[in-house]
Amino acid sequence: MRDDGRDMDGRPSPDALLQRAERETRGRLKIFLGAAPGVGKTYEMLTSGHAKKADGVDVVIGVVETHGRKETEALANGFEVIPRSAIDYKGRHLEEMDIDAILARRPGLVLVDELAHTNAPGSRHPKRYLDVQELLSRGIDVYTTLNIQHVESLNDVVAQITRIRVRETVPDSIIDRADDIEIIDLTPEDLIKRLHDGKVYVPKTAQRALENYFSPGNLTALRELALRQTAQRVDEQLLTHMQAHAISGPWAAGDRVLVCVDDLPRSASLVRYAARLADRLRAPWVALHVETARSIHLSEAARDRIAATLRLAERLGAEALTRPGSDEVEEIVRVAASSNVTHIVAGTPKMSRWREWLQGSVTSRLIRNAGDISVHVIAGDDREGDSVATGIKTAPAPTQFKIRPYILATLYVGCALGVGVLLDQSLDVRNIALVFLMAVLASAVTEGLKPGLYSSVISALALNFFFLDPHYTFVIDDPESIVAFGFFFVVAIIASNLTASVQRQAAAARLRARTTEDLYLFSKKLAGTGTLDDVLWATAFQLASMLKVRVVLLLPEDGTIAVKAGYPPDDTLDDADIAAARWAWEHNRAAGRGADTLPGAKRLYVPLRTGRAAVGVIGLDNDRQGPLLSPEQQRLLDALADQAALAIERVQLVADVDNARLAEEAGRLRSALLTSISHDLKTPLAAIMGAAGTLRDYQSALPEEDRLELLTTVTDESERLNRFIANLLDMTRIESGAMEPNAAFHYTGDIVGSALRRARKILADHTVDVQVPADLPMVRVDPVLFEQVLFNLLDNAAKYAPEGSTIRVRAESNGERILVRVSDEGPGIPDGDLERVFDTFYRVRKGDHVRAGTGLGLSICRGFVEAMGGIISAENRTDRSGAVFTISLPLLPNAPNLKDMK
Amino acid sequence: MTLSTVKILVVDDEPPIRRLLRVGLATQDYAVSEAGNGKAARESVENELPDLILLDLGLPDMPGHDLLRGWREEGLTLPIIILSSRTDEAGIVRALELGADDYVTKPFGMNELVARIRVALRHRLQQQGERPLFQTGGLSVDLVKRIVKVDGREVKLSPKEYDILRMLVQHAGKVLTHKFLLKEVWGNADDVQYLRVYVRQLRQKIEVTPDQPQYITTETGVGYRLREADI
Repeated sequence: MRDDGRDMDGRPSPDALLQRAERETRGRLKIFLGAAPGVGKTYEMLTSGHAKKADGVDVVIGVVETHGRKETEALANGFEVIPRSAIDYKGRHLEEMDIDAILARRPGLVLVDELAHTNAPGSRHPKRYLDVQELLSRGIDVYTTLNIQHVESLNDVVAQITRIRVRETVPDSIIDRADDIEIIDLTPEDLIKRLHDGKVYVPKTAQRALENYFSPGNLTALRELALRQTAQRVDEQLLTHMQAHAISGPWAAGDRVLVCVDDLPRSASLVRYAARLADRLRAPWVALHVETARSIHLSEAARDRIAATLRLAERLGAEALTRPGSDEVEEIVRVAASSNVTHIVAGTPKMSRWREWLQGSVTSRLIRNAGDISVHVIAGDDREGDSVATGIKTAPAPTQFKIRPYILATLYVGCALGVGVLLDQSLDVRNIALVFLMAVLASAVTEGLKPGLYSSVISALALNFFFLDPHYTFVIDDPESIVAFGFFFVVAIIASNLTASVQRQAAAARLRARTTEDLYLFSKKLAGTGTLDDVLWATAFQLASMLKVRVVLLLPEDGTIAVKAGYPPDDTLDDADIAAARWAWEHNRAAGRGADTLPGAKRLYVPLRTGRAAVGVIGLDNDRQGPLLSPEQQRLLDALADQAALAIERVQLVADVDNARLAEEAGRLRSALLTSISHDLKTPLAAIMGAAGTLRDYQSALPEEDRLELLTTVTDESERLNRFIANLLDMTRIESGAMEPNAAFHYTGDIVGSALRRARKILADHTVDVQVPADLPMVRVDPVLFEQVLFNLLDNAAKYAPEGSTIRVRAESNGERILVRVSDEGPGIPDGDLERVFDTFYRVRKGDHVRAGTGLGLSICRGFVEAMGGIISAENRTDRSGAVFTISLPLLPNAPNLKDMK
Repeated sequence: MTLSTVKILVVDDEPPIRRLLRVGLATQDYAVSEAGNGKAARESVENELPDLILLDLGLPDMPGHDLLRGWREEGLTLPIIILSSRTDEAGIVRALELGADDYVTKPFGMNELVARIRVALRHRLQQQGERPLFQTGGLSVDLVKRIVKVDGREVKLSPKEYDILRMLVQHAGKVLTHKFLLKEVWGNADDVQYLRVYVRQLRQKIEVTPDQPQYITTETGVGYRLREADI
C-alpha cells in the first residue's frame, strides 16, 4: 500500500523495506523504453551491455533482433549468444528464446529484446515478459527493450492517438517492478529522418500503416507519454526512498479510486483509466461489480467479460470486488463510502434515450448521490473488451434449447382453453381472458421468460380464435373487443415479464445460497477432519463433485511435489504435467491447461495459497474440449482452494505441535523407565546377593532354620526378578509393535485355569473364588497373551488386597461380548486414577511408601487386551472397597460348538 | 528304573547353568556330562552314550533344532528334554514335533526338571508293555476294559473323549502337542478347536473342579499334559 508508508514514530515502513529486500534477492531489471520503433533501444541496450561486460559482468544475449542493421550487428557480435530453441508450429519453424538454456548457463546479465513479444504456441510461457520474470526470480539480471505503446494501462491512450491498437501488451506491474528505466529519446524529426533513411525496421506488409503512425503529431504525443511514464517512476522511486528512510513527506494521502465494472465491453478501458488515475494519485484502488437482478440474465459472454475485466483490474493492482445489491447506484455509493473512496470512475450512459428517461441513468444518479466523491465519467472504448486477456481461460456452461417448457406452456394454454369453453356459456368473454392470463402467469412462473412470452402469444391467438366474434377466425369485428384484445395482449406480456424476472431472481438467490451452503459445508467438513489424508481426500472429493472435474492434489515432498490424493484416485502425471505443477507451486501462480504458463499440460494447476506460501497444488481436468471452468466455477474454485489451503496448513501445524509433545512425553517416559528399572531390578538382586553371600561365608555358623530362610529369600526374590524381566520383555514387544497375536477360539475357563495354576504361589495367602459358566461360548484370543493378562491381574490383586481376603474371578456373556472380571478387597483405586492405572509405570500410592511392583503389569494388560481386539477397564467395587478390572472381548458369531463336529 | 547309573548329557552354552545342573542332578545320583556347543554335543553322544539329553535350543554354533533333527534322523531314540524360554512357545512346539520328549522353561525349579527326567526315562522303559490299569489320584483308567472311574464312580465317555484320554494315559506326565493329539485321535484333522471342545467335555466329566483342573493341565500355547501315574 503506497498510501500508508509511514509509521507514527517515523520508523521506516516495513512494506518499503520489504520491497527493497525483495529487490536485492531478485535479479535486476532494466528497461530501455522508447516512444516508437526505431529510436535506438536495442543499440542502447547493447552499448550498456558492453559497459557491464567491461566491468567484468558475465553478459550473454538471450535474444536480440538486429533486423540487419550494421551498427547493431557489430555491437551484438561482442557477446555470447544463447542459441534459440526451435519450435515447430503447424508446419512453420519458429525460434524463441531458450529460457532453460539461459537458466542452465546462469549468466550475470541477459539481454532480451522486445519485452512485449508473444511466444510461439507450445513455449513455456505465452509471453516473453513471463520468461523475463522467471529469469529475474532466479536471480539473473535482465536488460530489455520496450515501446511505450505496449504498456497495458497506456494501451488505449496510444490507440486513441495513433488509431492503431497494439495487441501485445505488458502489464504495468512489470514496469513498476523494473529497477531502472532508461528512456531512449529522439526528437520526432530525427526519428522520421531515420525512417526515411531506412534505419527503422519496418515489415513490408505494414509499410503504409506505419507511414501514418510515424506522423510528427503521433510521435510527439507518444514521446510525451514515454517521458511522463518515466517521470512518474522517478517520483515513485523518490517516494520509496523517503519511506525507506522514514522521511515524512508531503505526499497526497487518503485518495482512493473506485471503478465501476459492468458487462459492457468498454469496462476494460475504464479499468485502465482507473489504473492510471490511481497511479498518478498514488492511491489504492478498487474495481467493483454490482450483481443486480439484471445480472442474472446476462449472457455467459458478458459474465466472462466481467470476470476478465475484474481480473485485469487485479493484475493492474486493484482489489476486485463483487457485491450483490438491489440497486447498482446505492451499492456503489455504499462501498465507496465504507472504504473512503475519493474518486469514482464510471462509463458514459450507453442506454437508449427513452430507456434512460424511463429508468434513469446510472451515471447521472451516481453523480447526484456521490456527494463529496469526484465522479469521472469516461466514454471508454468498446473494442477494448475483446483485448482483455484472461489468466485462465474459462468456458460458459452450455445452454441448450429445450422444447419441454414450450410443450408445458402450450398445455397450460390448452387447459385455459378447456376451462374457457366450459365457462363460455355462463361468462362474459372478458372474464375468459382472465383464465388465459392465468395460463400465461403459470408458464412464466414455472418455465421462465421465453415460454411465458410464447404462451402470451398463443393465448392471445386462442382467445381471438375461439371466443371473439366471429368465432373460429383470426378476425375481430367488434371494436370494443379489439381494444380488450389489445389490452389483454399487453397485460399478458408485462405479466409474464414480471413473473419471470421474479422467478429468475429467486433462482439466482437459490444458486447463491447453494454455493454459500456448499462452501459452508466444505469448511465444516474440513474443520472436522483430523488427519492430513482426511483433509486431502475431502478436498479432492468436494472439488470433483462441485466442479464436475477430475482432481489431483500435490503436496511438497523431499524438495519436489508429489501426488498425495486424487478423485478419482488412480491418476498419474506425465512429464508436462509435473513441470506445470512444479511451476505453479514454485511461483505460486496458476499453470497448465488454460493458463498463461505451460498451457500444453493436460491439467490446470492452481496453487493452494495461504498467507505464507503455496502449501500445495491442485490439478484439475475433464474430458471436455476447451476451457475447463466457467467463470462461476473459477470463482468457486478460488474460494474452495483457499479453504483447503487453510485446512492443510492447520493440520500441518497441529502435527508439528503433536510431534513436539510426543517427543517430550517420550523423554519423560524414558526417565521414569530408568528410575523404575533400577529400583525394581536392584531390590531383588540385593536380597539374592546378600542371602547367597551370607550362606557361602557363614554357612557353618548359621542354624538350620536361618539357612532355610535365606534360601527361601533367594528363590522368592529370584521369582520376583523373573516376573519383572518377563514384564519388561512383554512391554518391549508391545512398544516395538512386534506382537502378532496368535488368535484362535478358546474356552475362557481353560485359560483362567492355567493362569491360576501359574499364580498359585503368589495367591497362596488369598482365597480365590472362580465362577466361569460351563456353557460360556468360546472366545477368540491368543491364549498366551490372555493368560498373561489374567496372571498380571491376579498378581496385582494379590499385591494390593490384604492377606486372607478373597479375590474373585467371574466370567459372563452379555450376548455380544464376554466379560471377565477380577475383583479384590483392597483399598480400591482413587477416582481420578481409574484411567491412569493402565499407564506405564503408574503405581497407586499407599500412604508414603510405594508398593513393590513394576508399574508395568496393568500397562501390559491393556497392550495385550487391545492387541486381541478387546477392552480393559478399571472400576471400584460398589458393594465394598476394592478394585474391579474388566476385560471385555467380542463374541464372534462363528465360534465353534459341539454340534458342528462329529 | 535301572540300578546302574543313568548318564545325562547337558548341552548348554552357559557355564553357570551347566554348573547348576551338574550339582543339582548329582544329588539325584545321575551322572552328568557337559557340552558347551553343538559340535561337542555330537561327539559326546557318540563317545559317551548318554541315557538322556538336556538340550538348550540357543547354541552358539548351530540351532538346537538342527541338532535335534539330526539325532532323530540318525535313529537316536534316547529321551531328549528341551530347555527353553517362556516366550518361545512356537520353538517348543517345533522341537516337540521334531521328536523332543518334553520341555522345561528357564528359569526352572530343580524339582520340576527332575520330575520331567523321571517321566521321560520311565516312558522309554514302558514302551514294550503298557500297564493295563492307570491310576492317578482319584482317576483310574482300565485300558483293557475301557472303564474310567473318578473317585470309584464310573464315568461315561464318548468314543472320542475316551481316545483322547487313552492317548494322555499312554503318555502320562509328558506333554502332548495339539498336533500330536489331533493326528492320533482324528487321523489328520488340523483344527485345534475340535480338540479344545473335547478336552473341555472330558474335563467336565473327570475333573472335580473343571476350571482348575487337577488331572489334565493346559500347557498354554503348547498342548496338554496328564498327571503322572501313582506308582
